[in-house]
Amino acid sequence: MPFKRFVEIGRVALVNYGKEHGRLVVIVDVIDQNRALVDAPDMVRSQVNFKRLSLTDLKVDIKRVPRKKELIKAMEDADVKNKWEKSSWGRKLIVKKTRANLNDFDRFKLMLVKIKKAAVVRQELAKLKKAA
Amino acid sequence: MAPKQREARKVSRNPELVRGIGKYSRSKMYHKRGLWAIKAKNGGKLPLHEPKPKPQAPAQKPPKFYPAEDVKTPLVNKHKPKPTKLRASITPGTVLILLAGRFKGKRVVFLKQLPSGLLLVSGPFKINGVPLRRVNQSYVIATSTKVDVSACNVEKFDDKYFSKEVQKKKKKGEGEFFEAEKEEKKTLPQDKKDDQKTVDAALIKAIESVLDLKSYLGARFSLKQGQKPHELVF
Repeated sequence: MPFKRFVEIGRVALVNYGKEHGRLVVIVDVIDQNRALVDAPDMVRSQVNFKRLSLTDLKVDIKRVPRKKELIKAMEDADVKNKWEKSSWGRKLIVKKTRANLNDFDRFKLMLVKIKKAAVVRQELAKLKKAA
Repeated sequence: MAPKQREARKVSRNPELVRGIGKYSRSKMYHKRGLWAIKAKNGGKLPLHEPKPKPQAPAQKPPKFYPAEDVKTPLVNKHKPKPTKLRASITPGTVLILLAGRFKGKRVVFLKQLPSGLLLVSGPFKINGVPLRRVNQSYVIATSTKVDVSACNVEKFDDKYFSKEVQKKKKKGEGEFFEAEKEEKKTLPQDKKDDQKTVDAALIKAIESVLDLKSYLGARFSLKQGQKPHELVF
């Protein structure tokens, strides 16, 4: 099983630990064996340990340590935001976030909807069982 | 009578240099305030009100008992209690979850804070059986769901409305003791029931305009498996 996601300049990664948890960043340079210089449009360029990064499939076409403006333009050309939000990983994160921010009333409404859906499914199942 | 021509002056005529020290001396202030002119008008003396006739104090008998040591008088305490500080998340119309008491778990609408600090709350009664009731802020979770209570008038409710009625002392006849107790049954007076109806009418109208809110208020809150209260957003 060969590796498919490499640490390279332009690789989009997700920070999975620490203050910047959950942020999508672009690897802009490699400092040494353990650390990368990382940048994002709304963040100060900083160093991050590779252990804190999860690599994604997305890649941006940039030169080593680009200026902020160039980075932003390259990210828009690669359409990182939309591709991320459409990818299954990205969608799962969004769902997790909305679930965590549900109001008590929202949770109640969700419960009602779940019950309705289960009732419909059970009806269809009963029909199928009857037919068989 | 025509209103006073000059209203009572609110600012002192003696500007403060440093705290406790005014700019003008006593004699200068005497002149500034015009006390010389007031005295001149009154013929050399400051005008005085007639001393009010003091009501004659009743003749006190000499006390039978003098304490051996001096009795200490406690210090003067002029603190007035003010109602508990309301949490910022609790505003009129907030849906609250009651945590203790007969109605624990019930979701209830907050109406106003009473002068004692307790929260006035109503089910509404038709929806979940919680009447107009007082509840302590500490036994309540405030959700972020709000109901429109602008149509409700809760001005007339205060702590006296909820006080227990004073029972008249009855003479205890030994034989009649048990019978007498059973005769009295506490029923809610009709005007309290009417108050509940008027408040709830306006509330229910506002509640029915939102989808599912009525069944939400009718349901009790409970923690499900895997839910952590410190991680829940209410």
